[in-house]
Amino acid sequence: MVEAGRSPNIEILTSARLENLDGKPGRFTAIVHQEPRFIDDDKCTACGTCTMYCPMPVVDLFNERLDITRAPHIDYAQAVPTSYYIDARACLRINYETCNLCAQTCTAQAIDFSQKPRKLNLDIGAVVLAPGFGRIDPSVLKKYGYGRFHNVVTSMEFERLTCASGPTEGHVVRLSDREPLKKIAFLQCVGSRDEICGNGYCSSVCCMYAIKEASVAKEHDPDLEVVLFFMDIRTQGKGFDAARERAEEKYGLRVIRARIPRVDQVDGRLALTWTTDDGKSCSELFDMVVLSEGLSAPKDAEAIAEIAGIELNHYGFCKTCVDSPLVASRKGVYVAGAFQGPKDIPESVTQASGVAAMVSELLSEARNTQTVTLSYPEEDKAIESEGPRIGVFVCHCGSNIAGVVDINAVRDYAGTLPDVVFCRDTLYSCSQDALKGIASKIKGNRLNRVVIAACSPRTHEPLFQETLKSIGLNPALIEMANIRDQCSWVHSQEPEAATEKAKEIVRMAVAKARLLEPLEQTTVDVSPTALVIGGGAAGMTAALCIADQGFECLLVERSDKLGGNLRRLVWTMDGGEASEVLDNLIKRVDGHPLVCVMLEAQVEDVSGYVGNFTSSIVKAGQPVVVDHGVIVIATGGREYSPTSYQYGVNKRVVTQLELEKSLASGKGILKNIKNVVMIQCVGSRGEDMRHCSRLCCTQAIKNALKLKGIKPDIRIYCLYRDMRTYGFSEDLFKEARKRGVIFIRYEPDRRPEVIERDGRIKVRVFDRLLKDEIDISACLVVLSVGITPGANDVLANVLKAPLTPEGFFLEAHVKLRPVELASEGIYVCGLAHGPKPLDESIAQAKAAAAKAAIPLAKGKAQVASIVSRVDKAACIGCGICESLCPFNAIRLFRVNKRRKAETITASCKGCGICASHCPTLAISMGGFTDEAIMAQIHAFAGERCV
Amino acid sequence: MPEGKAKKSGAVMVLGGGIAGIQTTLDLADLGYYVYLVEKKASIGGVMARLDKTFPTNDCSL
Repeated sequence: MVEAGRSPNIEILTSARLENLDGKPGRFTAIVHQEPRFIDDDKCTACGTCTMYCPMPVVDLFNERLDITRAPHIDYAQAVPTSYYIDARACLRINYETCNLCAQTCTAQAIDFSQKPRKLNLDIGAVVLAPGFGRIDPSVLKKYGYGRFHNVVTSMEFERLTCASGPTEGHVVRLSDREPLKKIAFLQCVGSRDEICGNGYCSSVCCMYAIKEASVAKEHDPDLEVVLFFMDIRTQGKGFDAARERAEEKYGLRVIRARIPRVDQVDGRLALTWTTDDGKSCSELFDMVVLSEGLSAPKDAEAIAEIAGIELNHYGFCKTCVDSPLVASRKGVYVAGAFQGPKDIPESVTQASGVAAMVSELLSEARNTQTVTLSYPEEDKAIESEGPRIGVFVCHCGSNIAGVVDINAVRDYAGTLPDVVFCRDTLYSCSQDALKGIASKIKGNRLNRVVIAACSPRTHEPLFQETLKSIGLNPALIEMANIRDQCSWVHSQEPEAATEKAKEIVRMAVAKARLLEPLEQTTVDVSPTALVIGGGAAGMTAALCIADQGFECLLVERSDKLGGNLRRLVWTMDGGEASEVLDNLIKRVDGHPLVCVMLEAQVEDVSGYVGNFTSSIVKAGQPVVVDHGVIVIATGGREYSPTSYQYGVNKRVVTQLELEKSLASGKGILKNIKNVVMIQCVGSRGEDMRHCSRLCCTQAIKNALKLKGIKPDIRIYCLYRDMRTYGFSEDLFKEARKRGVIFIRYEPDRRPEVIERDGRIKVRVFDRLLKDEIDISACLVVLSVGITPGANDVLANVLKAPLTPEGFFLEAHVKLRPVELASEGIYVCGLAHGPKPLDESIAQAKAAAAKAAIPLAKGKAQVASIVSRVDKAACIGCGICESLCPFNAIRLFRVNKRRKAETITASCKGCGICASHCPTLAISMGGFTDEAIMAQIHAFAGERCV
Repeated sequence: MPEGKAKKSGAVMVLGGGIAGIQTTLDLADLGYYVYLVEKKASIGGVMARLDKTFPTNDCSL
């Protein structure tokens, strides 16, 4: 977010909406209407004085109406843009020309009532729609007592209640009397899987967030009793089942399988009544009921669709298809995130990157034509190498710091510290004017080290570093002293102690600043080729996408033909022909001038780092050495091969893929077949593999419907644990029930059995309603087998890439970096990352292609300036640092028969793990040397002890 | 700036400043395109900014 606010090539238009879109792909004109903020973002320092003085209370929408704010406000402390705005509907000055208090009290003079709405004409090449999702209609919530009973809240409201910066500062209380809770219930599928409200689909995220919210509530209060009411538990995401099991066990969450029809109030508590799936009727009282509300189509979906000229599906979300999930119905218009269908954060982030790749394919010829690159004056090495001349700037931050800390005292104290030649206080150091002032003082006084005593380096250090760069000083020559968070905020009641602490923090910062050294800013050239490993649907999609963006791509496939698992698939989830998708991909790969395919080849060795990898690929026993800048792993997965349920023993027991194959080759297989039994979770979720294979539920239903389509009187039983037909696949589940497919749920400790007697097969399963075992005679048993990772360990070893316990490649961050590995320049997509259906594999392949194309498009890779450095003389070659480095950024090499460590600076992230573990202190971190940190500690302790 | 009508524009509009819109914007800027991020609210961040923590890691969402 902050990054988006800072980039010179991103223009954030807030309070804005699209009004018109004309033109064609590559050349659109968009008209955007923008409402005024009435506060100038460039001048606003986010001090909060305007909110303090405004007399007009308004309901805080950000906090789900649970709190009150004022007409001028900021949604949350870390908001981007970091500027306040005025709610025009409530403002007295705007509506009645009175008051004006905010303008009078704003010392930064940022309030500007002369701002008018404006219309912008944007010339653009493509449009990406990512408007997110809408909220469930309140009328749906009403039947659960929402609005009538205080203690019935939505999950979003509960989210704000558990948040430390929320209306109750994180204390979970009853809203009726603000008393602590004893017992709380979560009701799932509110506004999802609900025909009555028109949302027949599954919202795909509520099961996860309910478990999260329940866990967070238990962490706040371990004595709290939490009950969750599920129909099916749909935690099909990567690693999510394991996380759910951990949460259930750790926090003792009670899970009940029932759908609650209504909520009643009895003696001030909330009564829930339900029937269990074995027919028992139960009732209990709760202090609070949380409604896990689903995701709706955005409220303005129809308006967006009309303006952008795209089609919506029957639920009002953007219409897309399986083989191109990111493409809207108008050419040049793309879609990502929940607007494409309800989805979780990792899938949204994946689609977002994927869509960037698709835009980049369309516009590759116009790349870098409209971007700006910032240029800086050359570094003044002469000044930098002089003895330290330190300048200290102490920030008032309006009254935010100065209201507690005596700024003048801190400033004068700073002037007495060694090597400080200049000190000054500033009202708002971060404002544009102040930054100019700071720059001219640095120049005028020939300062070569700067201490800013203000707020957090996390948010503001880049800004001050930028200032240094703009006047030819190395950005590493700045040190921040956080006297806001650590003094005025936490000691707001003790101004004198806060002032003393501020002095100490400044003293420590000065001690460190004296030892700051310029850090080298280096870049490395990038070899403009990508290596894609694996020629299945994901690998081919990724390769084509990289090539379509204008970069060479080498596609390596182990077998003798392209296609991978897609070759075995007959129908896609929407019933389309899988072979069409396959043929189309292969045709494009073969015909693309920038894609080079190597069949029957394997990657044996990889060395190097982002931008400069060298790999040895073995084909027909002959190694070929190639240089490339990035790597995409798309090695796929395998169909699990079961050893149970008489598979391989009886030929009437087949897998779903085998069923598809025989159905495709003719209807002969269905001759004399009356009863079909499908068994879900074969291999998945516990038997052999811990993970959920994500796609088998939808696959089973797809095939059940195919069978019903061919032979309507066929009887189909589906034995399942949780039907995980998330998103719009829920429609298929509903259709299957309507067509008479019988679903019987089994518990993992009472799995079904396949019994053969006198040439006949029976499936024995425990029926929960009859409380007895029943035998279903089956002419055909179809096993929904899961997906196992391929032999990923070999490649993982070559790449030094980590795997999950299940054997899939482990991404850098499950939510925010779903296709990147921790080592830079290596990306993963498709089944190699985890089980997923075709449309998700394709979106992910596009995402990997976007990430892979970034270093290729830049042509140079920027090396972080804070990196580790090994003192070769002190290094004893023990290898601890190499084994601990999470980024493979340290290698060992031999000098005169002795092992020495060396940092690969291009890969180093500056985390400092190596330096903190080195037994001989041979490793130092740029910007955080041992000497500087020791000086800082001495500066703290020194004066105190004496 | 590209000249002539036939040439493609190197700028993109992203509608919506939630996690999907922001990620698209960042990637496009990194890929060499100028991006207009159009958000109807007064700040970007969308729903994710309002979440306290995220499943399954319980990381802070900001």
